[in-house]
Parts: sequence; C-alpha cells; structure tokens
Amino acid sequence: MSTKKSKSIETKTDFNQDERLKKVSKLRLLLNRPELGALGGAILVFIFFGIVAGDTGMFSAYGVLNFLDVSANLGIIAIAAAMLMIGGEFDLSIGSMIGFAGICIAIPAIYWGWPLWMSIIFAFSLAVLVGYFNGILVVRTGLPSFIVTLAMLFILRGATLALTRLITGRTQVPGLRVLIEDDPLAWIFATDTFKWVFTWLGSMNLIALRTDGTPLATGIPPSVIWFIGLAIITTWILMKTRYGNWIFASGGDKNGANNVGVPVGRVKISLFIGTAVAATIFATIQVLDAGSADTMRGTLKELEAIAAAVVGGCLLTGGYGSAIGAAFGALIFGTVSMGIFYTDVDTDWFKVFLGAMMLIAVIFNNYIRRKVTESK
Amino acid sequence: MSDYLVQFNNISKFFGKVIALKDVTMKLKKGEIMCLLGDNGAGKSTLIKTLAGVHRPDEGEIIVEGKKTIFDSPKDALDMGIATVYQDLALVSLMSVTRNFFMGREPMKGPPFFKTFDIEKANKIAAERMGQIGIDVRDPSQAVGTMSGGERQCLAISRAIYFGAKVLVLDEPTSALGVHQASVVLKYIVKAASQGLAVILITHNVHHAYPVGNSFTVLNRGKSLGTYEKKDISREKLLSMMAGGEELNKLEVELQEMNRSSAN
Repeated sequence: MSTKKSKSIETKTDFNQDERLKKVSKLRLLLNRPELGALGGAILVFIFFGIVAGDTGMFSAYGVLNFLDVSANLGIIAIAAAMLMIGGEFDLSIGSMIGFAGICIAIPAIYWGWPLWMSIIFAFSLAVLVGYFNGILVVRTGLPSFIVTLAMLFILRGATLALTRLITGRTQVPGLRVLIEDDPLAWIFATDTFKWVFTWLGSMNLIALRTDGTPLATGIPPSVIWFIGLAIITTWILMKTRYGNWIFASGGDKNGANNVGVPVGRVKISLFIGTAVAATIFATIQVLDAGSADTMRGTLKELEAIAAAVVGGCLLTGGYGSAIGAAFGALIFGTVSMGIFYTDVDTDWFKVFLGAMMLIAVIFNNYIRRKVTESK
Repeated sequence: MSDYLVQFNNISKFFGKVIALKDVTMKLKKGEIMCLLGDNGAGKSTLIKTLAGVHRPDEGEIIVEGKKTIFDSPKDALDMGIATVYQDLALVSLMSVTRNFFMGREPMKGPPFFKTFDIEKANKIAAERMGQIGIDVRDPSQAVGTMSGGERQCLAISRAIYFGAKVLVLDEPTSALGVHQASVVLKYIVKAASQGLAVILITHNVHHAYPVGNSFTVLNRGKSLGTYEKKDISREKLLSMMAGGEELNKLEVELQEMNRSSAN
C-alpha cells in the first residue's frame, strides 16, 4: 500500500494538558536497553578477576583465549536461544541437539566412510528438520514450546544414545581428527585464525612460549570467530531488518502481529531452525576440536543458554531482549567458569554463582519491564 | 450508481445451527460515521469479523465503491481500503512507537537482497503523524507501553489511516478509556471522517456514539433493528432499543410489583 493514498489528518487535540509528564533522563533511556545489565555484569566480573586473579596468568594470551573459547561456545547457542526467546518461545532441546548433531557427523564419517564435509552437511540438514519439526508443532498445536521441546529433549537424547549403541556398540565415536586435514568444509569449524599475530607476539617475547619456541596460544579458536560473527549478524537482524521487527512483534503479541500482517508462524519456525542450527555449529566445532563425538555431549547446555539469554536481558514472556546481551551473558558465565580455577575458590561454587546471577537478572529484568510498559 | 462508499447488504452468517447474523444491512457514504450499537452477544464481534474479512458471509453482498466484492481474507478487506482497528489495537506494548506504527509494513531501503528497515524514515513519519493528532512523541523509540490508553487508540487509528484506509471499522475504541481520553479519541474520529473517511464505530455506549454519529444501526440478537438518521431518533430511544431497554422496563415493573406486595 502506498503512502500517497493516505490523507493528512490534522487536529490539535492536546494530550499534554492531561499528562503529567516527567523529563526522561539520559540515564533512564540507557537503562531501557535490554543488554545494559549484562554489560555491567561483565565489567564487574572482569574487575573482580582483575583484582583477585590479575597475576595468575588468567589474563595472559593463553588464559584469555581459554575463557573466550568457553564463552564463545556457550554464546553461539545463547544468541540463538535469545532470538527465539524474543520471538516468544523456548527451545529445551538445544543440549540434546548438540549430542545428536555430533553423532550425525561422526557415525557417517567413521562407520559409513562418508567424506567429512558430507557428514557435516548431513548433520546441518537434520538440524533444519528438527528445528522445523519443533516449530511447526508449536505453531500448529498452539502448545507451549516448553512442553514440546522438553519432549524433543528426551527424544533426541534417547535416539542419539540408542542409535549410536546400535551402530557402533559404544557411546563414543573417536577418530575424527585425521579426517579434518584437506577436507573442503571442516576447516570452517576447526581453524585457529590470526596465527601470525601470535607468532609475531611470540617472536617479540610478548607472550608465553613453549620450550620449542612456538607460542603457547596458537591463534584465535574458531568458536570465537563464529561467536563474534553471529553476535554481529543477529544484532543487525534485530535492529535493522524487517524480519527483526517481526521477531519482536511475534514475541510481544502474536495476535496483534498477525492482525497487521506479520507471518508469525513462519517467523517462529525459522527461529526454531535457528536454535537447532546453532546447536549444530556448537557440536561441529567441539567434535572437530576433540576429534570424537560423545552421546552425552551438550547435556544441560539448553539451560545454560537460556540462563545466558536471561542475564542478557531477554524476558521469559518474549518480545524483549537482545542478541548482544546474550553474548555478554555468555561472556560472564564463560569467564567465571574458567576464572574460578585461578582463584582459591572451590570450583564447585560455580553453579551457585550461575544460579544467583540468573536470579538477580530476572528480578532486574522484571523491574525494567514494569518500567517500560508502565502506563502513565 | 449509488454514492455509497461501501454497502453491506443483507449480510447473514451462520455457525452450524446458530444464526449469528441475519439480514444486516449497512450503507456508508464518504465522511459519514455510522454507529453500530448492541449489547453483549448482539453479534457485534461476528459483524466486525465479517467486515474485516475474517469471516465470509453466508448470505448477502458487499459492495465497495460500486463494485461487488468478496473478502477471502483480512488482507483482501485491507486492500480494498477497509481497515479494522480491534479492541486489542494490535499494538505491542514493549515495542517502540515507530516499530508498532510500521509493524508488518516496514519501509525499506538499500539495494535488493540487502534491504534494511529504514528506521530513520520510520521514526520521522511516526513522529510527524502523531504530532498531527496532537500527540507529542518526544522519542518515537519509546515503548508504546508508556503511552496512555487514548494515545494508543489514536496511534492505532492513525496507523490505519496512514496505510490507506477508506473505511475505518473501530471496535469499541472508547470502552477502556476515561471521560477525557474518550472525548479526545472521539474528536479524532470526527476529524478523520471530515477528511473523507467513512467510519463504522462499534460500541455499546450510546453516550459516546450519539454526539459523533450521523446514523445509528442497532443490533440485537444477530438482527438489525434498523438504521436511523440522527434527526429521526433520540438518545433515549436508542438506549431503550438496545437489548437493555425493554428488559429494564420489565424489571422496573416487576420491582414495583414486588415493592407493592411487600408493602401490603
């Protein structure tokens, strides 16, 4: 419909007499950004470890890459989970999808003699199918995605275990490392980048070296590149594209969105595909890094992803949140889970921290939501 | 031909054995406000959905600008310029004014395949449009949740007009509003009509309808009790025509009798 058709309606009916308006401060505007809490949290975490573990090697090149790698892995699925949560749904099958995808790469490659790239494509195709199935089930039946994907959590994990044992007689499939070399696709998920920077830093004696003179930290791990790439792309989608607006609309009020012509069903299905594909990216990187697939890989990862998304400012009711916030959420969890090794604190306390962080985040988000939607 | 912008002739809608609407006829000219009055269960919702293209009428015809048409979907109705503003307004309170204004119809810029949501342009148009109706959106990226009920209603109506509505179907636009807010919304509706739109105002509040309407159709139990020009009917008559009227009279009589018998 063109804008030319519309007529300009000019009336001066003054609402302002009735509204008791307060000036909105810049600080308040900033507080309205969903990722602010997570950004603040991340800064606090870095300050904390800077003080507590500043001299332990946590912030050496090797240490930094270590916690970045952990954060990035979680971040990849947290970002997808955040997108889906903004769209108003949950995916509890992310963790099981990770295990499933890993096996879908390993078994064809090891037992059926497929080239690695074909196995990877196979795993991603299945991920699209699983995501589509989750989505179509939620959209068509109107059931809560919590229940539908909880069922999928069990189905996928069970199928992964049963099929792997059936085909291989074991629950682990090793031997993938030799296949990575010369594979036309695997390098995307298995190459350390910016090696020259680390070689140069090593040659300048700026970072720690092994006894043979090569640097301890060899390059930026692929997870970090994927993580940063995904964070940028998803943020761009949310803020700058029509599809992004549809995601917010679908999660905010699906009937309203439908009434003005947003294809809510299609949006939600695509987001479910997104989480399954992100789980497969996670799985591919890990499987190629470890050289083996394990049926139990990814257990409980769905909850960590949701926790990171919530810390990043996503509301559990949908329609609000940000991808970059989820990225900060993942950074907080990754940093703390690795950083805790450098402190005197028993690592068992990590889960306590994770839970407490999430609780604080939910209370904070709830407060923000009330502020944002408060009627005058 | 007629000078009617839109005509709904003898519309009937059945759900199984239930007769939801029977022979409802409405005709609207440009610039006219027709109020559709009816109590709960009178068939207002079914009629709205039929006008909006959600339901297809089982009998009767819809004529838009002299051409007989059939709405297969809400989009068809919209394409013909019949825009419905539902009670829930189709606004997302967590989203900004701009994002709501252009929800589902975002202005785009950039080369093919790399088109992005032109948020600057959208912000400008939204602020301009809201300014025209006297709502000063200080920041079009503020959430709709911070607006008052009347402002939201005006936003939804202004959005429908911006996207080319010729006929506005408004579902209970004042029911959730206080007196002042309601009068602001009603003023805006009159203004919209004076610019050449036809408005179908659906309400159960005669006091809101009577001052602004040019004609009144009363719906009771799925049937139209007739359409009256404003000069032909009084506010009191309209009130009593809505389901309540007769029954309240009966109730009054009964209560009087009860009083009498208890006094004896």
